[in-house]
Amino acid sequence: MSTKKIDLTVKIWRQKNSNDKGRLETYTVKEVSTDSSFLEMLDLVNENLILEGKEPVAFDHDCREGICGMCGSVVNGEAHGPEAGTTLCQLHMRHFKNGETLVIEPWRAKAFPVLRDLVVDRSAFDRIISAGGYVSMNVGGAPDGNAIPVPKKTADLSMDAASCIGCGACVAACPNASAMLFVSAKVSQLALLPQGKAEGSARAKNMVEKMDEEGFGNCTNIGECEAACPKEINLTNIARLNREFFKSTLSE
Amino acid sequence: MLDGKIPSGPIAQKWDNHKMDLKLVNPANKRKFTIIVVGTGLAGGSAAASLAELGYNVLNFCIQDSPRRAHSIAAQGGINAAKNYPNDGDSIHRLFYDTVKGGDYRAREANVYRLAQVSNNIIDQCVAQGVPFAREYGGYLDNRSFGGAQVSRTFYARGQTGQQLLLGAYSSLMRQVNTGKVKLFTRREMLDLVVVGGKARGIIVRNLVSGELERYSADAVVIATGGYGNVYYLSTNAKACNVTAAWRAYKKGAFFANPCFTQIHPTCIPVHGESQSKLTLMSESLRNDGRVWVPKAKDDKRKASEIPENERDYYLERKYPSFGNLVPRDVASRNSKEQCDLGKGVGETKLAVYLDFADAIKRVGENVIREKYGNLFQMYEKITASNPYKESMMIYPAIHYTMGGLWVDYNLMSNLEGLFVLGEANFSDHGANRLGASALMQGLADGYFVIPYTIGGYLAGTKFDKVDTENDAFKEAESQAGERAKKLLSVNGKRTVDSFHKELGLLLWDKCGMARNEKGLLEAKKRIPEIRAEFWENVKVTGNANELNQDLEKAGRVADFLEFAEVLVHDALIRTESCGGHFREESQTAENEAKRDDENFSHVSAWEFKGTEATPVLHKEPLVFENVKLTQRSYK
Ligand SMILES: Cc1cc2nc3c(=O)[nH]c(=O)nc-3n(C[C@H](O)[C@H](O)[C@H](O)COP(=O)(O)OP(=O)(O)OC[C@H]3O[C@@H](n4cnc5c(N)ncnc54)[C@H](O)[C@@H]3O)c2cc1C
Ligand code: SF4
Ligand code: FES
Repeated sequence: MSTKKIDLTVKIWRQKNSNDKGRLETYTVKEVSTDSSFLEMLDLVNENLILEGKEPVAFDHDCREGICGMCGSVVNGEAHGPEAGTTLCQLHMRHFKNGETLVIEPWRAKAFPVLRDLVVDRSAFDRIISAGGYVSMNVGGAPDGNAIPVPKKTADLSMDAASCIGCGACVAACPNASAMLFVSAKVSQLALLPQGKAEGSARAKNMVEKMDEEGFGNCTNIGECEAACPKEINLTNIARLNREFFKSTLSE
Repeated sequence: MLDGKIPSGPIAQKWDNHKMDLKLVNPANKRKFTIIVVGTGLAGGSAAASLAELGYNVLNFCIQDSPRRAHSIAAQGGINAAKNYPNDGDSIHRLFYDTVKGGDYRAREANVYRLAQVSNNIIDQCVAQGVPFAREYGGYLDNRSFGGAQVSRTFYARGQTGQQLLLGAYSSLMRQVNTGKVKLFTRREMLDLVVVGGKARGIIVRNLVSGELERYSADAVVIATGGYGNVYYLSTNAKACNVTAAWRAYKKGAFFANPCFTQIHPTCIPVHGESQSKLTLMSESLRNDGRVWVPKAKDDKRKASEIPENERDYYLERKYPSFGNLVPRDVASRNSKEQCDLGKGVGETKLAVYLDFADAIKRVGENVIREKYGNLFQMYEKITASNPYKESMMIYPAIHYTMGGLWVDYNLMSNLEGLFVLGEANFSDHGANRLGASALMQGLADGYFVIPYTIGGYLAGTKFDKVDTENDAFKEAESQAGERAKKLLSVNGKRTVDSFHKELGLLLWDKCGMARNEKGLLEAKKRIPEIRAEFWENVKVTGNANELNQDLEKAGRVADFLEFAEVLVHDALIRTESCGGHFREESQTAENEAKRDDENFSHVSAWEFKGTEATPVLHKEPLVFENVKLTQRSYK
């Protein structure tokens, strides 16, 4: 760990609330430790702003270890910044150069309205899950955990899909602002497992319908979502979703 | 004396008998009751979902923008259950015994036994929900071992067990949102509990987007708001973790139990400098293969690889030959601190020790190590830019979990009627030290399998007056919350909220961290009110109350930490014994190990609020052990 300090110019999207038009504002931030994370750099910007009597930049964050899905901004045009497979909170400042200029903006999508600065409203994701992202069973009725064996390979594939953190980077990266990668991850996780199979196609249908209703765009197989996804959720999940969805149209 | 309302009868039958004795709410009447659940973590999420499944109307609140982001999401290692699938001698009784012993005999036997009993149902429930647990080649569930146990009873989903369990609870919850039985309120922060006629009947929350204060009334209030580790500023907890909800309930009359029981995890990534905002845990499973050491010489400036074998001190192996690197969390943490205090710490800050895999790699090969710990090594490298296959890892202890919390009886109800407390927010099951993989178990046990029964007993057996949000108690609580925000915004001083939080955290870490003594605790007790006073005179909080204002949110939480810290330190001062995570230097054996004082301290300390500047009043709940024999822990 060799620590260095760097100075940066940051252009950050400032928007007071969802009615405000918003604009980029420029700040300089000095002596950023290269061991600190991107969010710790934003902390420093904010400490300075507060001491100057200005309002700090609002940004979402919580776990700061890449698992809660709360953080996320577009840095120089890339969702979650330049490192592959990395959330903004796990991106470290050693990947930036002294004197560099960074442009930091919120997720842009019709279905994710900006609430303030870098904070957006992602509750559309919750509503999509609520439309069908579950196994319909109540507490109390479950058989023994080992009653139904699940091949290891299947369980592993399901786990890969289940790693989605619901951050919304896929939507932000997609030129159509489609939520297909997010939806397909949940549909795949459950469709792969015997426990989730029974409702597989109904789930796909209900979730996709909700997704459309919420104003997300269509999937035209561009693949930007996969490239931006910090959990490297695979495009094959979208193919699986399409199969489940197709089944639902057959059974009608 | 406090009554835990432990049912009579043999320990193995208490819960079944109690369930028979509890009154039931008939199915048609359930929809006439409204229950507030604050928190959507494992405890709150599972409780809200199960109560709605039963037919109650549930109002569910969380700080984050989605219930799926509660701090439970970050748990890595696993969840315990007494399934005994590996046929290695596990049983409900053994899980019970290990948990009571691991807690250094400061937990209530009956609660822990019930926890062990329902542990098996949790695994069944989660599998049925579609939680993708790790499996063996035959398709059956896999188990791993964790500290403090000699059997393999930990179920896991890669290094993301908390995430998968929480997403399971979240899916059940969202299904109930779809049926309309749960009304979800995200980006809301509970700022007060409303008590009417001696009963908890509602809450005041701040809408974190609009800034408006909102009132909600109900027949019972469930708090599942997690732990208070962030009082130390730097911890492995997520940034929004707070004591506010629990603290407000305490100020309304709920007792706060054992606040000094805090857990420090030995294997975290060391602090890098001033701008550090939180600490990252490295799973304790690493100690299965990693060897902990420091240089024998003080202030050794050489790189780890340049220090020859005979100039290294593998101090855990030297001092604890039978447990070696696998001593429990509290022992491992204290020893790292001791070495650093002796000037043998390593790295730039000198506050770190080595965790070395060179021997293990030589023994089994890099591939085997990669298979076991690959994702952890990757995370370590991402954060530190150092490759642990080549260079020794550096680790240091960090605040991780809080065993203390609001006092509850066997029904998980506070002394304040109608207030139930679940998960890390209560004090109930882990005594003075929690074993790995037991918090996830407790959160889900409380939410899926305990509260659905006990809250029914309360609702069926209680007469309720009609109370709505026009009641004076609501008006008053709301106006106080509003005044407080105004006051915070009007100080207009010279220091940021974070600077106060950091100052408080450092003080606690120094004086009430891994080792505590009377002198230090007295100093902290004197200093905390001074920091608090300066906070209210010199803090700078920007913006307005009627907008999304993260600075104001933080300020409110830090203001509560500044009050709570004093009770924490007071509790540590009064408990002159060492037990579990609470090490009082005055109470140690000849070999410098923790020495319990069962004669004087075999009780729960529950504190009653008497005013912010007044000393709280102590209520004791005696702990009676009928099923385990008390022994002094030794890992030599
Ligand atoms: C890094 C890490 C790893 C861990 N690994 C393990 C492990 O492997 N095994 C294990 O058993 N345990 C582990 N633990 C411990 C375990 O994760 C926690 O104890 C447990 O998840 C707590 O669950 P909870 O439901 O009580 O609270 P949380 O998950 O913390 O949920 C709290 C909820 O309350 C809400 N809330 C809080 N305050 C307010 C307020 N004022 N108003 C409104 N809402 C509020 C939050 O929004 C959130 O929804 C780990 C902990 C950490 C930090
Ligand atoms: S699919 Fe990837 S990018 Fe999209 S929400 Fe999930 S984790 Fe984020
Ligand atoms: S803050 Fe949780 S994923 Fe970044």
